[in-house]
Amino acid sequence: MSNIPETGRTPRVTIRLIVLQVLVFSLLLTLGGRLWYLQIRNGQEYTDEAKNNHVQQVVQPAVRGSILDARGVPLADNETKLVVSASRTELMKMKDDGKAVLTRLADILDMKPKDVTDKVRLCDSKTPQPCWNGSPYQPIPVTNKATTQQALQIRERAEDFPGITAEPTAVRRYAAPGKANTAQVLGYLSPVTDAEIEKAKDSDSPYLRSDQVGRSGLERTYDRELRGKAGVTRYEVDNLGRVIGRAKADKAEPGANVVTSIDARVQAVAEYELLDAMKEARKAFDKNTGTNYKADAGAVVVMEAKTGRVVAMASNPTYDPNAWVGGISGKDYAALTGKDSNFPLLNRAIQAQAAPGSIFKVIPTTAAVNAGYDFNGSYPCPSSYSIGGQTFTNYESKGHGNITLGGALEVSCDTVYYALAHQQWQRDGGTKPKKNAKDWFYKTAHQFGLGKETGIDLPNEVSGRVPDRQWKQRFWDANKDAWCKQGKKDGTFVEKIAFENCIDGNQMRAGDSVNYSIGQGDTLVTPIQMASIYASIANGGTVHTPSVGKAVISADGKKITEIKPKAQGRLPMNASTHKLIDEALAGVATRGTAAWRFENWPQDKIPMHAKTGTAEVYGKQTTSWFATYTKDYSIVMTIAQGGTGSGASGPAVRKIYNALYGLDENGKYDPKKALLPQPQKDLPKIEADGSIDAPDIKPYVPPKKEPEPPVGVAGPPPANTGNRGGNPGARGTGIQRVGD
Amino acid sequence: MAGSTHGFSVQRYAPERGAFAKLTARDSVVRRLDWPLLLSALALSGLGALLVWSATRGRDTLNHGDPYYFLFRHLMNTGIGFALMIGTIWLGHRTLRGAVPILYGLSLVLVIAVLTPLGATVNGAHAWIVIGGGFSLQPSEFTKITIILGMAMMLASRVDAGDQANPDHRTVLKSLGLAVPPILVIMLMPDLGSVMVIAMIILGVLLASGASNRWIFGLVGAGVLGAVLVAVLGLLDEYQINRFAAFANPDLDPAGVGYNTNQARIAIGSGGLTGTGLFKGSQTTGQFVPEQQTDFVFTVAGEELGFLGAGAILVLLGVVLWRACRIARETTELYGTIVAAGIIAWFAFQSFENIGMTLGIMPVAGLPLPFVSYGGSSMFAVWVAIGLLQSIRVQRPITA
Repeated sequence: MSNIPETGRTPRVTIRLIVLQVLVFSLLLTLGGRLWYLQIRNGQEYTDEAKNNHVQQVVQPAVRGSILDARGVPLADNETKLVVSASRTELMKMKDDGKAVLTRLADILDMKPKDVTDKVRLCDSKTPQPCWNGSPYQPIPVTNKATTQQALQIRERAEDFPGITAEPTAVRRYAAPGKANTAQVLGYLSPVTDAEIEKAKDSDSPYLRSDQVGRSGLERTYDRELRGKAGVTRYEVDNLGRVIGRAKADKAEPGANVVTSIDARVQAVAEYELLDAMKEARKAFDKNTGTNYKADAGAVVVMEAKTGRVVAMASNPTYDPNAWVGGISGKDYAALTGKDSNFPLLNRAIQAQAAPGSIFKVIPTTAAVNAGYDFNGSYPCPSSYSIGGQTFTNYESKGHGNITLGGALEVSCDTVYYALAHQQWQRDGGTKPKKNAKDWFYKTAHQFGLGKETGIDLPNEVSGRVPDRQWKQRFWDANKDAWCKQGKKDGTFVEKIAFENCIDGNQMRAGDSVNYSIGQGDTLVTPIQMASIYASIANGGTVHTPSVGKAVISADGKKITEIKPKAQGRLPMNASTHKLIDEALAGVATRGTAAWRFENWPQDKIPMHAKTGTAEVYGKQTTSWFATYTKDYSIVMTIAQGGTGSGASGPAVRKIYNALYGLDENGKYDPKKALLPQPQKDLPKIEADGSIDAPDIKPYVPPKKEPEPPVGVAGPPPANTGNRGGNPGARGTGIQRVGD
Repeated sequence: MAGSTHGFSVQRYAPERGAFAKLTARDSVVRRLDWPLLLSALALSGLGALLVWSATRGRDTLNHGDPYYFLFRHLMNTGIGFALMIGTIWLGHRTLRGAVPILYGLSLVLVIAVLTPLGATVNGAHAWIVIGGGFSLQPSEFTKITIILGMAMMLASRVDAGDQANPDHRTVLKSLGLAVPPILVIMLMPDLGSVMVIAMIILGVLLASGASNRWIFGLVGAGVLGAVLVAVLGLLDEYQINRFAAFANPDLDPAGVGYNTNQARIAIGSGGLTGTGLFKGSQTTGQFVPEQQTDFVFTVAGEELGFLGAGAILVLLGVVLWRACRIARETTELYGTIVAAGIIAWFAFQSFENIGMTLGIMPVAGLPLPFVSYGGSSMFAVWVAIGLLQSIRVQRPITA
């Protein structure tokens, strides 16, 4: 006890203890600071990372809805195929990572073991196709062409095939009922891309890796409705991917069915007759080019006149949309999109634009009346019309004396419109337009809905063009540099045009105005625009937004969302003008340029109205146009490089009408043969379980062909064409393809 | 007690009374215990039990299908530790002073035994002796205590005897010589974490002993030099180098070496202010953090109890260290001061290293968090250390 230090410790030890204490507490403070930094300052970042760590999704794809015709016949639906899939999570649990199982599987499926293992490996930057691009928690399809026997073997020997399933799975099918393949209208599907997944991630309908997305046509427009909602089960997994709990489960909701206004039977007729007309046209000789007509593309639209609903829409060349199912092969893809393919994916009814030729004339006729000319006035129809040394001729330089505007429509007299357009052009100030220029002819075209998309429920519609002063200025601004470089005063034809354009291409010249008045020059329209215009004339002047979709019906049939026809405006004509134009167009079908195509037509029972058009395209053969309507339907057909309107398209349109109304060549009515004498109003019947009744459908039997009389002998002179002289409407005309 | 050679036996201040009265009397041992220290240590162990439970409840391969397996064992370890503490207080650190040579020898034998076929490897460190029946021993934990006691005994004997103001060079050298054999053996295991802790203990011990500054700086310099040498000569195993590489850049290989650190940081970071709640941490239930009941137990606190819970552990450790510092300062004999300082250095560095590695500011080393981590040897050792601290406090002269 003597050594109990009264002296205490040496100061050195005391100081050292303080140092130790300071060190110790600075360590603790460091930890505290770091903890605050991780948990409070950067906490959110780590919370997000933790979430990604341990939730995995297992997706049950929703069955895609069907696309049905107006009577419920499926145009696009699903068929059940036996799909053999492998679960990677199961395979990875095995000692050899499932190699033995996959080898046995390859044996049963008659595949090479390597092909099978390649299919179930995961894609990364170093792994070439085939590989699995989806979630590793998703069963990976090995084949969708398994036979029932193979599937049974796999199921019966389940102990030999752990992690392998063979289950019937829905696969898209384009059934082409009654040979109506409807390819471009239906569109197609292809797998979703990473960019799309990323983009739709936070929307209310996000994509799943396994999704197929509508790329074109109805599949695209109604993709959201058709797709349904995939069932997603979110599992919480541990570090080895073992499931430790189920976080959330949403059942798969099958996609809704879309009922369209398409009638598969009429569609089949339209497709057949369009192709047939093109084949016939290719037999006809074109004396302008000295070869047969090429007839390389065509389209036809059958529209309900009172609603704007599309009953049939065919585009040629066409293709089999089933090529896309289960992944398109490189060869097929090249055939559909390559340079030499003639682009069968294009829906030419809405994506091809061409000068309309004389079917345009209802617009300048209306414009003239609105500008103050008397419909029933007397207008000279000489064989040609001259402006400042340039001569614009009538078709085959034929004169008709003095006629009314109705008469001008009936015989398709160009010179009447030349004169009217020229007068208006002068009144508006000619090349130096007045401030308040009326531009009646252009304004009216816009009022008819030209120069903009009709708004049909199909993607990538093109707008056509009204070549008014504003457009000319814009076009010149965009192209003058090129023109001025290329143009030569005394060069070739093209160089001369470029030279002229360089100098005053922004001006509306008299020739432009005159060419435009008969649907030539730079005017461009689409078949759907013309079908819509003639349908509007048929129904008394109401312009409807054309539509294909008619109703969306939920898979259980309980929720029906009708897509009502939408009136978007009225044609700029009063009732009396309408009546006069209507009469004149009936005259075309009975007395005028289309009369020879409607021989024996029961005009008293089903009044037919028509207008023919043959548009010139610089460097190509003429475009055939045929625009018609009855009180219920309008049908517009066009064939590029097909010849004259009534010549190439006329017989086909007549046959479509025959099929609709149940008429034969001689106008004899057979109600049993009538496909659709009245537009289909009601939706197809929906059963209690949500399924939709589909009537049987018989393929179209075309009428027997009589030996065709040589063109120009049996019939009257072919329909009128447009401008024959002066400043040629070469610029930018012709069928223009617009990229998909 | 009666045989104590150092002055204050308890009886001298405690007349004959009933047992309860004895314990509650003003001058009783119970009254004189450092209660904040004891309660903090208990709280840490209790909190540890919950965290260990949460971390192991779903790990069927570890807990033999019994979710309470580790909870029960952790509580049992705490109980044994608590008993060891009481025993230590009862014996008194001064009594133990006499037994130091025996204890030191015993611990050295045990450490060496690890290198014999008796030893077992856990997580790359050959640091264990499997006793059987699911029990195993980590002798390096006890070595920490015997080194503290041994060095303290040697350094303090002549100072406490009043012969010297500070230990002379010879004494310091001798005490260092005491520490070398166990360090060498532990290095051979290799258990780098324990070596680092022992190095810090030696530093703390020398600091408190009043050894000349030259020793302190020399030791720090030697430590740095040693570390460089070890690295250059490739004495480290690959897993140890990898741990350091992953510490320097955890994103280097998130699936491999950096996995531990990354997952630990995600777990702690996702806890936020209040955490996900006990048993509700997805990182913990998902077993994304390896060794979560032992070395990475702090991540459970971070994720499930948040900043408040994890901060509470830091505060409790702070209380333990603060009380230990007080005890070191208040005792007047150098022996007690050195022992306390050694324990402070041990707890402080081991806690810093353990928590620091989960927070990504220290490289990964296999060290348990005192009181909190699951593990019998560590638990017993830290409770014996608490017993030593209490004994130093209880037996210090009452000047009043």
